[in-house]
Amino acid sequence: MDLLEYQGKQVFARHGVSVPSGRHAQTVDEAAAAADDIGYPCVIKAQVQIGGRGKAGGIKVAQDHAEALEHAQAILGMDIRGLTVHELWVEGASDIASEYYASVVFDRSAKAPLVMLSTKGGMDIEEVADSDPDAIARLHVDPLLGFQEFHGRRLAFEAKVDPDVVRPVGAMLSKLYDVFVSEEATLVEVNPLIVNPERDVKALDAKVTLDDNALFRHPDNAELRDPSAEDPQERMAKERGLTFVKLDGNIGILGNGAGLVMSTLDVVAQAGGSPANFLDAGGGSKAEAITSAVEVILSNANVKAVLFNIFGGITRCDEVARGLIEAFNQIKPTVPFVVRLDGTNDVEGRELLAEANLPNVHAESTMDGAAHKVVELAAAS
Amino acid sequence: MSILVDNNTKLVVSGITGREGTFHSLRNRDYGTQVVGGVTPGKGGQDVEGIPVFNTFHDAVAQTGANTAMIFVPPRFAADSILEAEDAGVELIIAITEGIPAHDELRAFNVIKKNGRTRLIGPNCPGILSPGKANVGIIPAAFFKEGNVGVVSRSGTLTYQIGNVIAQQGFGNSTIVGIGGDPVPGSDFIDIIALFEDDPETELIVMCGEIGGDAEERAADFIAENVTKPVVAYIAGFTAPPGKTMGHAGAIVSGSRGTAKAKAEALERRGVRVGRTPTEVAEVAASLLGTAA
Repeated sequence: MDLLEYQGKQVFARHGVSVPSGRHAQTVDEAAAAADDIGYPCVIKAQVQIGGRGKAGGIKVAQDHAEALEHAQAILGMDIRGLTVHELWVEGASDIASEYYASVVFDRSAKAPLVMLSTKGGMDIEEVADSDPDAIARLHVDPLLGFQEFHGRRLAFEAKVDPDVVRPVGAMLSKLYDVFVSEEATLVEVNPLIVNPERDVKALDAKVTLDDNALFRHPDNAELRDPSAEDPQERMAKERGLTFVKLDGNIGILGNGAGLVMSTLDVVAQAGGSPANFLDAGGGSKAEAITSAVEVILSNANVKAVLFNIFGGITRCDEVARGLIEAFNQIKPTVPFVVRLDGTNDVEGRELLAEANLPNVHAESTMDGAAHKVVELAAAS
Repeated sequence: MSILVDNNTKLVVSGITGREGTFHSLRNRDYGTQVVGGVTPGKGGQDVEGIPVFNTFHDAVAQTGANTAMIFVPPRFAADSILEAEDAGVELIIAITEGIPAHDELRAFNVIKKNGRTRLIGPNCPGILSPGKANVGIIPAAFFKEGNVGVVSRSGTLTYQIGNVIAQQGFGNSTIVGIGGDPVPGSDFIDIIALFEDDPETELIVMCGEIGGDAEERAADFIAENVTKPVVAYIAGFTAPPGKTMGHAGAIVSGSRGTAKAKAEALERRGVRVGRTPTEVAEVAASLLGTAA
């Protein structure tokens, strides 16, 4: 779960990470009132979960009330790389003496948190990593030991921050590590981390990704979910406990197990088709779950044909067949279905489907054959 | 031979009294696995179809001599159960549970690494099957027979699909190991491929990867330098869009890293054959092994 900048800053503030004071706004009037309270100059910032907001015109400095109105008007409702801006964050403009970059990430290869610090802040850090890798100081922290003061000093010296801020920058890294651990984040990133002319170190941005699996321990964070950022079809799938990702094509896909579903998408694409979704019905799905999944797939009007690719382990193919038959009773789909059932109770499942004799449902015995068939049917309709 | 689980496996199951835990423990026992005990705090002294239940892993190990643990408890209790099994001195822990918080996994992994006496497989994995010897986990054993192909995979059902097409070509398996789809697997491809390299029964290794992380890339380097047996790979997720988690917590393409294309290319550069479909993997494996035994 990715937090919006202002949500990340509120989390930061709870852990003593210094951030500019600001206010949240959802209308032009709210933004102007917030700006008046905060004082000028102030910054009006689009709150969307995507990078490159500044370049897209989603971050603007207002010198007075009129400009605050003008910028809020321009930014609210703006489209930034496919996301519509519904919320703003208004904060006091900061004077900047130096711009740094700091992050704590979950390093899967090292199986340890990785803390990074660079004096090349304010730019795309992936570009810095490619063009000038030595400009980023990196340090793995033993998660059983935690972040020690010497870690902070070492990173600060290695990154060559201004000598007078070695200690405050180290202290800032320690607090960011605290956010990472206490909030059970998988990413905490600040770009830029600034030093102002008074030599205070502040987080001017906040990018925080929380571990969804740990939200049960963090009820406050669980409430930060932003349903407006989710696709309605994805939300519907989530409410039904299905693992679903919407894609651009016209072939609905249902399978069991993430790896098999990913592989099914690939095989369909290789056969010349274009998947409309990833849907993992999960292990041990009962008939009702399958019926419910069919409903989610068909709620996308682009879907011209649907492929079921099941290799039953815990999942029983007869349950899948019952679910599909029930879906036909309830929803009466008009698009063709291709069904491949293998594994646990596959014979029973195929018999059930044969007896039901559903309109426009095609049984296939292999994954490759099923993929070719569904591509053909989608193209024909 | 085989790797990790065999006739000497003495299994104790954490969560044996739960619905899924009971079902799969009994299935594993029916297959011939020695299921010597279960752990459910507060239910010590009871039994599940004759399998004794203990309050703690320490009791279970002391009284049964268990050397292998299977973790079947819900996510919020799973890391604790893994750490308890490790503390009780179990040599091999197989964690089936899906959805364990990442920081819990990180802690468990690092404790196990530091103490250096236990191997962890999973979490979020289907388990390990050595056909004809032992099945620990949820792999549907009926589809697999004894043979010379070792399989290591991040995905369960994809393993069944590939195992099935390999079986249709006439080959069986030494051992099938599901390492799981989480960001911090207890064992990765390299750990398991090294075991297959040393296993006399295994003549060919199939590795089944997917998008996210760099475990496949690191395995490619390891194979080039250390593995004499042929390795055939499959990578799922060529059509996965960046930034979307494809079902497994570990299956996400971030930026330009972790794509299926990059992984396939890294493997091919190191001389590993990569099948573009599960069927092609089986065909390549069959052609490398020659006529089926």
